[in-house]
Amino acid sequence: MKIGVVTFPGSLDDVDAQRAVRLAGGEPVALWHGDHDLRGVDAVVLPGGFSYGDYLRCGAIARFAPIMTSVVEAAGGGLPVLGICNGFQILCESHLLPGALIRNDHRKFVCVDQRLRIESNRTAWTSAYDEGQEVTIVLKNGEGGFVADQETLDRLEGEGRVVARYLDRNPNGSMRDIAGIANERGNVVGLMPHPEHAVEELCGVGTDGLGFFTSALKALTSA
Amino acid sequence: MAAPLDTVAHASTDPDRQQPWAELGLKPDEYANIRELLGRRPTSSELAMYSVMWSEHCSYKSSKVHLRQFGEKVTDEMRERLMVGMGENAGVVDIGQGYAVTFKVESHNHPSYVEPYQGAATGVGGIVRDILSMGARPVAVMDPLRFGPLEADDTHRVLPGIVAGVGGYGNCLGLPNIGGEAVFDPSYAGNPLVNALCVGVMRHEELHLAKASGVGNAVILYGARTGGDGIGGVSVLASETFEASTGSTASGPAKRPSVQVGDPFMEKLLIECTLEVFAEGLVAGIQDLGGAGLSCATSELASAGDGGMRVWLDRVPLRDSTLSPEEILMSESQERMMAVVEPDKVERFLEICRKWEVDATVIGEVTEVTEEERAAGGRLVVEWHGEVVVDVPPRTVAHDGPVYQRPFARPAWQDELQADVAEKLPRPSAGELRDTLLRMVASPNLCDRSWITDQYDRYVLGNTVLAQPEDAGMVRVDEETGLGVALATDCNGRFAKLDPYAGAQLALAEAYRNVAVTGARPIAVSDCLNFGSPEDPDVMWQFAEAVRGLADGCQVLGIPVTGGNVSLYNQTGETAILPTPVVAVLGVVDDVRRRTPVGWTEGQELFLLGTTSEELSGSEWAHVVHGHLGGLPPQVDLAAERALGDLMVEAGAAGLVSAAHDVSDGGLAQTLVEGSLRRGVGVQVSIEGDPFVGLFAESAGRAVVAVAPENREAFLEAAGRHGVPVTPLGTTGGSALQVAGVLDVPLEELREAWTGTLPAALA
Repeated sequence: MKIGVVTFPGSLDDVDAQRAVRLAGGEPVALWHGDHDLRGVDAVVLPGGFSYGDYLRCGAIARFAPIMTSVVEAAGGGLPVLGICNGFQILCESHLLPGALIRNDHRKFVCVDQRLRIESNRTAWTSAYDEGQEVTIVLKNGEGGFVADQETLDRLEGEGRVVARYLDRNPNGSMRDIAGIANERGNVVGLMPHPEHAVEELCGVGTDGLGFFTSALKALTSA
Repeated sequence: MAAPLDTVAHASTDPDRQQPWAELGLKPDEYANIRELLGRRPTSSELAMYSVMWSEHCSYKSSKVHLRQFGEKVTDEMRERLMVGMGENAGVVDIGQGYAVTFKVESHNHPSYVEPYQGAATGVGGIVRDILSMGARPVAVMDPLRFGPLEADDTHRVLPGIVAGVGGYGNCLGLPNIGGEAVFDPSYAGNPLVNALCVGVMRHEELHLAKASGVGNAVILYGARTGGDGIGGVSVLASETFEASTGSTASGPAKRPSVQVGDPFMEKLLIECTLEVFAEGLVAGIQDLGGAGLSCATSELASAGDGGMRVWLDRVPLRDSTLSPEEILMSESQERMMAVVEPDKVERFLEICRKWEVDATVIGEVTEVTEEERAAGGRLVVEWHGEVVVDVPPRTVAHDGPVYQRPFARPAWQDELQADVAEKLPRPSAGELRDTLLRMVASPNLCDRSWITDQYDRYVLGNTVLAQPEDAGMVRVDEETGLGVALATDCNGRFAKLDPYAGAQLALAEAYRNVAVTGARPIAVSDCLNFGSPEDPDVMWQFAEAVRGLADGCQVLGIPVTGGNVSLYNQTGETAILPTPVVAVLGVVDDVRRRTPVGWTEGQELFLLGTTSEELSGSEWAHVVHGHLGGLPPQVDLAAERALGDLMVEAGAAGLVSAAHDVSDGGLAQTLVEGSLRRGVGVQVSIEGDPFVGLFAESAGRAVVAVAPENREAFLEAAGRHGVPVTPLGTTGGSALQVAGVLDVPLEELREAWTGTLPAALA
């Protein structure tokens, strides 16, 4: 199973995401922002980083990258897409996911080991977890505060599209402690924390993040 | 109206023009020396180049005579792993398996005081480019910081900005920050220290050097455009000599910021682009542009290679089209590199730059030099729209700057300071030790650093094995074999004030120990020597003693100084900072899976390694409780440090120790607190002799280790073999720190005290 990882100028966790795919048992494929070609991958990860320096609204420039035309189109056809951190921001800017991510309420960059609750396992990227399962993965962002209007938030909750929620403390001011959401179909997931930094005991925090990648591989195998 | 161009031809026809050499920081004899070297007055562009390259920062003119010891005191043992020594952008050491590592620590103190965020950010950017220009992929950064008192207003101005700047730049580059220091002392109140370290990894064959070789090769400037930022003395040039200049009005000179502004996104592109041109073998020589900008890059490249260089300065892409040639030569705009490329590889080089959307321009070529020119120091010619504005032997710019034998003498107050010992201060009674402990763990220099370090990405790249609050940062280099490197930086400026020779060795010893306790074998040293004004004989003595101490210390430990940085003039008015020779030690670990962490688990036996003496002078206790600094620092025994290090490396590799933590600032008490809080596992220990001395003395050469009962015999045997004294302390477990008959504090209470300080002060 091939999972593509897009590198934009300023992507930082692309190599980490590739490693996570490999450790989960998949074959990582490097995708380039300037290409249209998805190289026949079965799923796509938009990794963390600061695409184009994020000097404008985060992800606002990356959404216009040639590869995103292909990603948006393929997502519409059901291709599993996971946006991590900056990737989540790009998914919101691309309107594949609702809402937006704004500067942390405490206005500082934050890097911590964060406890989360998996709220939905009915997505392409969380099926390996139990609903309600508590996991610890790395959170690191400067602009990770998830915001949306009340109606959108209610709809996300009502349709079971809140994928993960922060536990213990809200690290960035996200509304309703939301750490990740999915689109209606469940193939597109945006996640502010970084599961790719929780895939081996030695580096990062444990292996709780591996499930995001094994989920996608499982979904692909059974599909 | 544009200033009239000052050309070499002009310099001959108008030989007696008054020049603003004094305003540019040159001394009368230095200016006379330039005239003699050239046989005429310098052009304004040449004067600009000499003035920045002969500055203290670039020329090391006050420190050179002392720094030579680092080369002179190198033994064969120290040379064993050394691939590139001092003098290049950074030293390179062999770590085995075909890998080499380059690392260096540098200062960005003054800019960070003026503009904390950008000063700190560009400090990180500069050191990362140094590492990159050796051919290495940067893999981690660290940041040794010093501030004034935590409660001081100005600390609240500079600290948040500096931390955000270190984080903002490093995070955006995708380099994990794996450790550093944050130390508070009144002497840094008007002069914070921002030192930045970067470490990079390469294969042996990927090593690149800064030299211009191969006649006809192209000189390519790539990266950010050149702007007016970071120009120190050019406004002087513009106002004193050139009637009207760029950006100026009739009434006054151009005012340009002297602190550079960083663009980490551009630097990230520069890293990826540079590594790609390296990988394709397109680079014959390379240099980053840092202090002194193009003046430095062109003169250093041209004086290191076998050719000369001709530069068409008007081709340099500008952010501000009104910049004069002098300003372009002096600009310290960030995120720029210069490469020397063979003609048939230029097109591919430019193509890769285009892929990364990095501007690249051929601005010059390597030229032939005659034997006569070579003997005189090579030849660097800079043209501006067809007219020659610089024609100099580049060696005279880059390497033949002034060298000073600054007078130095042991300060008159040193004896009095050393006689005022902390051992005489009133000590807490047995009943007061609990309160003393809680006060100490909450004090600014001992409390939890998370408020700072949580603003740094320590996970990116996925190879971080240890990061703060561990004793050393450790990153994996090879995923298959587990080869890795560990790094620690340390310096206790109070010890250095009491005795600079011993203080520098204590800094070296602590960094060495911090690396060794993780199980990594220390192999190399970099330093950042932060001192006051070299024109003060007291300060110069501190500097000379510290360098001598460090060079002698490295000899005993058998590890070389591979490079570093000197930062002088760190003072407020007449008052110098504490002498602060920050020492970084690099270690290699064959398999990072065998690393030894700080935090212990339940059911382990605890041992204290080394010897505790009644050493309280310069200690954190004397500082916190009495605001006292006097006496002699702890004894330093580098042979004992080496034995301890050997033991820790052997025991780590053999899996005999489950946790280890060095004993330094705050003494054994602090070690026990940190080791317990790391994983929330307490200790029950007993202390021989005076419990106050046992808990708070800061004798060097000590560490606490946790050993599983089944490994006890093997560990004790190894310790005996290495001649390391071992004192049983007790066992791990429970949720309190208990010292038999002395104190019993729940970990939660300790945690509250330890974590509360920085958030409360900086909220």
